[in-house]
Parts: sequence; C-alpha cells; structure tokens
Amino acid sequence: MTARVGVITFPGTLDDRDTQRAVRIAGLEPVPLWHRDKDLKQVDAVVLPGGFSYGDYLRAGAISRFSPVMETVIDQAKAGMPVLGICNGFQVLTETHLLPGAMLRNNHLHFICRDQKLRVENAATAWTADYAAGQEISVPLKNIDGRYVADEHTLDELEAEGRVVFRYLDGNPNGSLRDIAGVTNAAGNVVGLMPHPEHAVEPNVGTGRTDGLGFFTSLLKKLVNA
Amino acid sequence: MARVVVDVMLKPEILDPQGQAVQRALPRLGFEGIADVRQGKRFELEVEGPVDDAALARIHEMAETFLANTVIEDFTVRVES
Repeated sequence: MTARVGVITFPGTLDDRDTQRAVRIAGLEPVPLWHRDKDLKQVDAVVLPGGFSYGDYLRAGAISRFSPVMETVIDQAKAGMPVLGICNGFQVLTETHLLPGAMLRNNHLHFICRDQKLRVENAATAWTADYAAGQEISVPLKNIDGRYVADEHTLDELEAEGRVVFRYLDGNPNGSLRDIAGVTNAAGNVVGLMPHPEHAVEPNVGTGRTDGLGFFTSLLKKLVNA
Repeated sequence: MARVVVDVMLKPEILDPQGQAVQRALPRLGFEGIADVRQGKRFELEVEGPVDDAALARIHEMAETFLANTVIEDFTVRVES
C-alpha cells in the first residue's frame, strides 16, 4: 500500500501530467481529480499544479478558489491533509487564504522562464522533510504573476515563525517581498511556491537535475513510513 | 435595470508596475505633467430588481469575497443613475 496523491485539473491547468508523473516517480500513487469533483476519492494529499486555471481571469487563482473541488480541499487542509500549491496552485492557495499574502504581476511585467536557485529555509513541513534547512536547490521557474506580497506585519510574523519555506537566491526574479519564493501555514501541512519542483525529477529530462524530487519523497516518508 | 459600479484599486502601498509603465510612456507621447498613474478595475453590474439596502449589501459582500482581494486591493461600490 502506498499513499494516494490527488492532482487537481482545472480548466487551463498545464502541469497536471508532469505532477502526476513526479508523484509516480517518487513512489506514490497519483489520482487525477477534476475541478467539479467534490469528492476527493480518498486521497491522502493534494497537489494544485501550475497553469492558468480559468484563464487567470479576474486574478490568478481567484475563480478556481470557488470551484467545487476547492470547497473540500479547504476543509481537508484545515483538518491537516498535506496540500502543495505550485505556481498557479500557490496563487489559488493565497486566494483561499489557506496561505497568507497575495500574488501579483511581476515587477518587470515580463513572463520569466529560467532555472532558479532557491534556499530551503524550512525543512520541517510535510513537503520539505527530505531537504536540509539551508540547502540550495535549483528548479525551473516560469510565470508572469509571481510577485509575492503581504503587509509588513504578516511578513514579520512569517519570518518569526519560520514559515518562509523557500527564498530566491542569485537574484529576485519577480520583485517578491523579502525574496520569498514559498511559504507554509502555521501547521506546516499546506505549502505553496512559485518555482516548479515537478519539472526537475528525472535525470534525463530538462536540466538533468532532480532537485525537485524531494518534495514528493518527503510526502512519501510522512504518509507511508511515518 | 439599475447599474451598480464596483471600482477596485490596488492599495496605495502596493507597487503597481502596470501603472508605472503607462506613466513612463506618457512624456514620449507628448503628455506632460502626469506625476503618477495607478491602474485599477471597474465592474459594471446590471442589477435586476430594486437596488435597495439589501441588494447593495449583497453586492458589497460579492466585492469583498470575489471581485477584490482585500489583501492587496481596496474597492468602492456606488449606484450609477
């Protein structure tokens, strides 16, 4: 028996298949979920993948937040189920207020696509336990709405509680405040980040790095070997 | 049918690079004297039935939960006659 990981597809999602593949490579069972599914098919965790859900109309992630599947995801996340939001998925998680802050258009207004160096600041979440705090990893980044903002009070609170999970290294790609690339909720089960770990899990594909695999093996350890 | 307008603007402290890009283009186009530009969104709602206090309260709730993200944006609601 291995753990079941739901991967949600909204209209406009792009990275659901890559995410399912990453889940499988890590030794977990991917379960495709549709935005109209209220029932999560007894999954043990959920990933909200990247893309442009509902066309990013209104604001990135704003319309998805009110989809039937998210009603259940919000309840389950609050009850402790691990949830990972990547890129557009991170935007959905801020719109749901499961994670603090908001995502805005990059400060230079350009779409950006590059390998991005990150520092893992918090290796105690459901999705980062296979990394070491302070470890530097490199994974692809591709977005136009990647600028993380929150008020000063919220930022101070995130820093004080160790809830900044990833920070950009070697240059801030989008104007995110305090170089924040990813954050977690207070319980550590909900994590969101802009870069794409699911695109860096196979040695023969893309950059050849497998720095992103740790997200999914972290989850495996938490769910199966715990 | 009555029209209700909801204007949504980024909060003053939030950097607005789209507004800045517009502002920087103005002198090039011969429009001088504009010190700052901020870009927002305007929603025009055609409302069925009377726009009474209850209807306005519903629209306010809609703006607060959906049309605006109050983490980063302010909004105003007004009836257009």
